[in-house]
Amino acid sequence: MSLRVESFGLLTTLQDLGRRGFQHLGVGPGGAMDEVSHRLANLLLGNPAHAPTMEMTLTGSNLLFETESLITLCGADLSPKIEDQPVPLWRPVLVRAGARLKFGRPVQGVRCYLAVEGGFRIPSVMGSASTHLSAGFGGFQGRALKIGDRLETGPCPGDRYPTLRQRFHQGQRPFLGPGWFAPWSRELDFIQPATLRFTTGPQWPLLTGESRQSLLETVFKVAPNSNRMGIRMQGPRLSLEQPLEMISSGVATGTLQLPPDGSLILLMADRQTTGGYPRLGEVASVDLPKAAQLRPGETMRFSTVSLEEAQELLLRREERFRDLEQILADQQTR
Amino acid sequence: MPTQPPAPAGASTLRVEALGDRALLVILGKGIDPGVNDQVHKLAALLRERRLPGVHDLVPAYATIAVHYDPAVWSGGKVPPHEALRREILRLWKSAGSAPLPNPRLVEIPVCYGGAFGPDLAEVAALCALSEEEVITRHTAVSYRVYMIGFSPGFAYLGGLDATIAAPRRATPRTAVPAGSVGIAGMQTGIYPLASPGGWQIIGRTPEHLFLPAQEHPCLLNPGDRLRFVPIDAEAFQACAVEGP
Repeated sequence: MSLRVESFGLLTTLQDLGRRGFQHLGVGPGGAMDEVSHRLANLLLGNPAHAPTMEMTLTGSNLLFETESLITLCGADLSPKIEDQPVPLWRPVLVRAGARLKFGRPVQGVRCYLAVEGGFRIPSVMGSASTHLSAGFGGFQGRALKIGDRLETGPCPGDRYPTLRQRFHQGQRPFLGPGWFAPWSRELDFIQPATLRFTTGPQWPLLTGESRQSLLETVFKVAPNSNRMGIRMQGPRLSLEQPLEMISSGVATGTLQLPPDGSLILLMADRQTTGGYPRLGEVASVDLPKAAQLRPGETMRFSTVSLEEAQELLLRREERFRDLEQILADQQTR
Repeated sequence: MPTQPPAPAGASTLRVEALGDRALLVILGKGIDPGVNDQVHKLAALLRERRLPGVHDLVPAYATIAVHYDPAVWSGGKVPPHEALRREILRLWKSAGSAPLPNPRLVEIPVCYGGAFGPDLAEVAALCALSEEEVITRHTAVSYRVYMIGFSPGFAYLGGLDATIAAPRRATPRTAVPAGSVGIAGMQTGIYPLASPGGWQIIGRTPEHLFLPAQEHPCLLNPGDRLRFVPIDAEAFQACAVEGP
């Protein structure tokens, strides 16, 4: 099984759930920005959650399927089409050998995840297939995908969705998906302004009263220089009562940093492992996929959440993933 | 080498804060202090050895340890996951008693100073009113503490620079500094593990690879190590560079 990249996307990389166990060496976690879409894409194909997917940003990469493939697209709607027919998201899709998947106008969201049955065959570096862009390792040769790259996929059992496969082989269509799709709207609603709940951090009480109020009542915009390292906010300048000199300390994905210029940064997948800016808090893990799907100029607001509730929300999301896995396991044999 | 007596076992200064819903921050003190940093590496070693379930990353810094974990593994008890793990960390720290610090490794880093490898050596010497040889002597005379690794893969925050060779950053950062470059910036000295832009005064370069992602041990330096720079000439640099990893 293989496919070939036929056009440049803005930024198309291979990602998985990220690198674990190397942060003490300065190697950040990386991995899919929108963990929910990445996981759903794999789940729909029966791939393990950590199988690498292709993360496309705003403009997709056109792909030629050299062999028949079972694929899934989850996350942003970047108008995927095969032979001018729209390819549905959030469900398994069988694609005929020789079919070309093309992308058009971004309709909703930023990051679209393509999973293939069997996963992309990519060597794991430091326990992960995620592309570490700044250090140039992992993923496909340590870089974003470009025209001419050929990706091999792992072995496919070929026995998933037998009914769908049968219908597909009886017909002539270039691709075929089922009428159902995975429920995703509880995890990702694409509503704006997105509400990001955060647990307050050690420097939250040091903000001026006015800044605390601004943070909780203003709608912030995603700045154009946002990337996989962090989402930069455009909004009111926030300030501490007194300037604070800090020494470097560990940070997390979701940390809200306040650099001296007063513009908030939300640390994302390709963040550094340590930071020295004041920490206003951490966005709840369950809300990070929503943040990952906001494009420059789109909006969000912030509200506080207790640590207990943030963890409870995360545990409940994991339950929903487990339930869905069970439903799909039943579905796949049908 | 601690300049202060280490904090007593089970130091009352230990605090554990949340770092969001998937990490805790263990705080052992304030500021850049060898005694506090010793305690950081002692506790980090202990937590690493105990392989706490669901804990996948331990990130020691100057005075803190970030503990990244999966809350699901710590759920189901009487207290919420963050509290369950916090209690376990406090318990381990108390039980550590007066256990000695693990012996730090001493890593020697060969450096070819000056010339093309250290284009700013002359400027640093001039700024410090010393000869180039004297700057090299003072840079290689001490052993440095690897307080922490962060910023970028394999970048070590070193402590122990001789104050007489502290030099300000370059007014204009270089757009490209080669991997292995050894620099000074204020009271900091360090090695660029990867080629990158940079504003430090570059006084030399090591042929050693500080970060090799494909290796089982990708970093030459670990947090808590001691480091000494050893001067080598250009010939030795080439020989070492050719040998490769």
